[in-house]
Amino acid sequence: MADLYTTITKNPFGKAVTSQLGLPQPSRLRRGRLMPTGPVVLGAIKGASVAADALEVLGQAHEQALVDAPGSRTEDENGRAQPPAYPGKVGALIVDASSATEIADLEQVRALVRPALKALEPSARLIIVGADVAADQGVEHSAITQALEGITRSLGKEMRKGGTANLVRIQRGVTGAALASTLSFLLEGRSAYVSGQPIVVGASESVCEVVNRPLEGQIVVVTGAARGIGAGIAETLARDGASIVAVDIPAAGDALAKVTNNLGGTALQLDITGPEAGQRIAEHVASRFGQQAKIYGIVHNAGITRDKLLANTDEQRWGSVLDVNLAAQLRINDVLLTPGLPGGLTDGGRIVGVASTSGIAGNRGQTNYAASKAGVIGVVHSLSGELNDREITVNAVAPGFIETEMTGKIPAATREFARRFNSVQQGGLPVDVAEAIGYFLDPASQAVSGQVLRVCGQSQIGA
Amino acid sequence: MTSPASASESAPHSDARNLPRTAVIVGGNRIPFGKAGGKYASASNQDMLTAAIDGLVARFGLAGRSVGAVAAGAVLKHSRDFSLTRESVLGSALSPSTPAYDLQLACGTGLEAAVQIAGKIALGQIDNGIAGGVDSASDAPIAVSEGLRKALLKANHAKTTPAKLRALASIRPVDLAPQSPRNTEPRTGLSMGEHQAITTKKWDISREAQDELAAASHHNLAAAWDNGFFDDLVTPFLGLARDQGLRPDTSVEKLAKLSPVFGKGEGATMTAGNSTPLSDGASVVFLAEQEWAQANNYPALAKVVDSEMAAVDYVSGDEGLLMAPAYAVPRMLARQGLTLADFDYYEIHEAFAGTVLSTLAAWESEDFARDRLGLDAPVGSIDRSKLNVNGSSLAVGHPFAATGGRIVASLAKQLHAAGPGTRGLISVCAAGGQGVVAILEAV
Repeated sequence: MADLYTTITKNPFGKAVTSQLGLPQPSRLRRGRLMPTGPVVLGAIKGASVAADALEVLGQAHEQALVDAPGSRTEDENGRAQPPAYPGKVGALIVDASSATEIADLEQVRALVRPALKALEPSARLIIVGADVAADQGVEHSAITQALEGITRSLGKEMRKGGTANLVRIQRGVTGAALASTLSFLLEGRSAYVSGQPIVVGASESVCEVVNRPLEGQIVVVTGAARGIGAGIAETLARDGASIVAVDIPAAGDALAKVTNNLGGTALQLDITGPEAGQRIAEHVASRFGQQAKIYGIVHNAGITRDKLLANTDEQRWGSVLDVNLAAQLRINDVLLTPGLPGGLTDGGRIVGVASTSGIAGNRGQTNYAASKAGVIGVVHSLSGELNDREITVNAVAPGFIETEMTGKIPAATREFARRFNSVQQGGLPVDVAEAIGYFLDPASQAVSGQVLRVCGQSQIGA
Repeated sequence: MTSPASASESAPHSDARNLPRTAVIVGGNRIPFGKAGGKYASASNQDMLTAAIDGLVARFGLAGRSVGAVAAGAVLKHSRDFSLTRESVLGSALSPSTPAYDLQLACGTGLEAAVQIAGKIALGQIDNGIAGGVDSASDAPIAVSEGLRKALLKANHAKTTPAKLRALASIRPVDLAPQSPRNTEPRTGLSMGEHQAITTKKWDISREAQDELAAASHHNLAAAWDNGFFDDLVTPFLGLARDQGLRPDTSVEKLAKLSPVFGKGEGATMTAGNSTPLSDGASVVFLAEQEWAQANNYPALAKVVDSEMAAVDYVSGDEGLLMAPAYAVPRMLARQGLTLADFDYYEIHEAFAGTVLSTLAAWESEDFARDRLGLDAPVGSIDRSKLNVNGSSLAVGHPFAATGGRIVASLAKQLHAAGPGTRGLISVCAAGGQGVVAILEAV
């Protein structure tokens, strides 16, 4: 589903004109559970092995990355020194910098990335694995940690043809098994619209295998599922095997029924701001799946906008947005987390929120919305720690410009700007947000909690 | 002609409690009822019934699955809709291997469909099924005149061109006028409202009492919508999310200003406000055998205890057109060993406010009990606060065949909320002097 401009650039004449004018040349992104076509190459600094372990867990073969050292360069016909060249296209480069401790180690990162950049295939992946260093582990080590983020964000912008660059920060004790689900997500087409982002992976003992249908037989509740991103989330999670409980307001019931019937879930028409919303979700689950049934995951996707400059915002516009987008999910979580509640959230389960780049960067005319979405980020930070003992992970995605019916109504010029002003030069699709949520929901992502992952194609907004 | 009293004597006295299995109502779904010519003006019966089924399928996760049978019908039916229910099933998210059939019992269609499916379940023929009904007053069939129809058929059957031409030549200009459907009884030529006006007058039902009932219907329905009662009973359709005829702010005073439309002269009391409007809509109910429902994690709201049909001789004027339920209920109560007071909720279909009030008056009348039912004492009176508590047809609207499914699903939910053992009585009058009544009991 390409937008009009992308379609024009795919036509020979359109391509010639837009290239001449120096206009963006968006690529068709690799999506879904597809690995890169070319080989995955790996370079490790100072003998780090966690990334290699993770690839082994995934059953993913890899090749040794080339290193750009003065001795390995050759001269081209103009007498200029060129880094060693890969024999063919490279699908992904992983730089395991988790053992880097000194500024001098960063030279190794440069030396590993440089040869690969010239050989990357379209929708290629560049993944840097670094350590997640606590402030008390030394100034230089801490500086390194942050430097890797600067490298990643810049490389995200240097990548072409739908390629992405991301950073995985691993805490002490993280094994290949704990890292595997994150590496799998970043390598596959599922992370098509995620670039320039850091993800922290913690240590966890109970990590299961990465499989193709990780949510098989699990009950997942998706609010706001009748259309747009919510419908995409429901469809993608159903593809991954989940039994979807699709929730939306009663007035959207017909669209909700269509989505539900397409994926074989059950529909629950519910105003999530009602005082009994959490109870009604639990009752629905207990009644449809049995008194012993538990929710494995809940995706708080339902949200509204009531955009106005703050100068024109009354308590009605202010309050309704905060109630739907933020307060409602707090009330629902409280109920579903009640221990022993039939149809409640299981220990070892998942809570996923939907924030927004507006919540990170702020947006003129969206003060109420930004407050609610930044609030979602606050929920993730607090609740993830609180629920650590119950092995419930709490994360959020922060979508940028996603092509939906809603964003289709933005005035054309504004829409075109939002769509292109990112590293992959196009809008994301609902499935891109859904895939990131699926990654958080994956039982193999037990070690990933407290994260807010931007799904924005490395949008310049809020960067 | 059999008198109603003797019909009562010949009624079967089977013990309905002794059925092999118990049929329960799992849940229901309807689309909001629209006003004729309103939001659903261009929707067909098949569109609406399919939408009602799809909402039910989504609510209970039935996509791609089949049920034992789907029974539904419509009162105003195009000839092309000879297999309306099966066609709707094929267009729905249910498995194409779901059997379906049509039935038709005027305004009693929806309730009788539920009774039939419950009967099949109770007899062990099926484990589950869907019952429903649909009607469109907007998309009503328009037929050609008898003269034109016969001439066309004759021409079609004719073997030679001259014979065809002769047949067509017999068509007269008057035959070309279309025959629009009329809400009249074929045997009396009177409209249903005109019939009810006779009954309303006979039972001396006041204008004020009728307007009070109508106002209560609107207020009860508005409250039910506001408190979310219909969240799991209705799925929006074509931009309509609430019943289109609902007037939350109506009052007895406002209703009193309307002029009578049925009956004649001084004593006329029936207005557009206390009569049901022509409506479009569809409803379905999901029923299942009780243990099957439990084993498959479906809720069991209420069981179908019993049902009774009755018919009266309205043609000779012996009884009012819509009074058959007044006979059916006492017979069913006697069979069940129950009295009229033994119910927690009463759902008496509001064809007209006058119908409900005439029926209640008949049950309170000693003369009616003695002369018509052959009983020593009146059937009894009901606590009016238990009547149509979430609104009924005056406010919701009355797409004929869709009313039964609406009532069954709503009452089952009310009873379930009230707790196990609570009982509800349903009474639906129908054209042709017929009526269907039923008892539900919460499980």
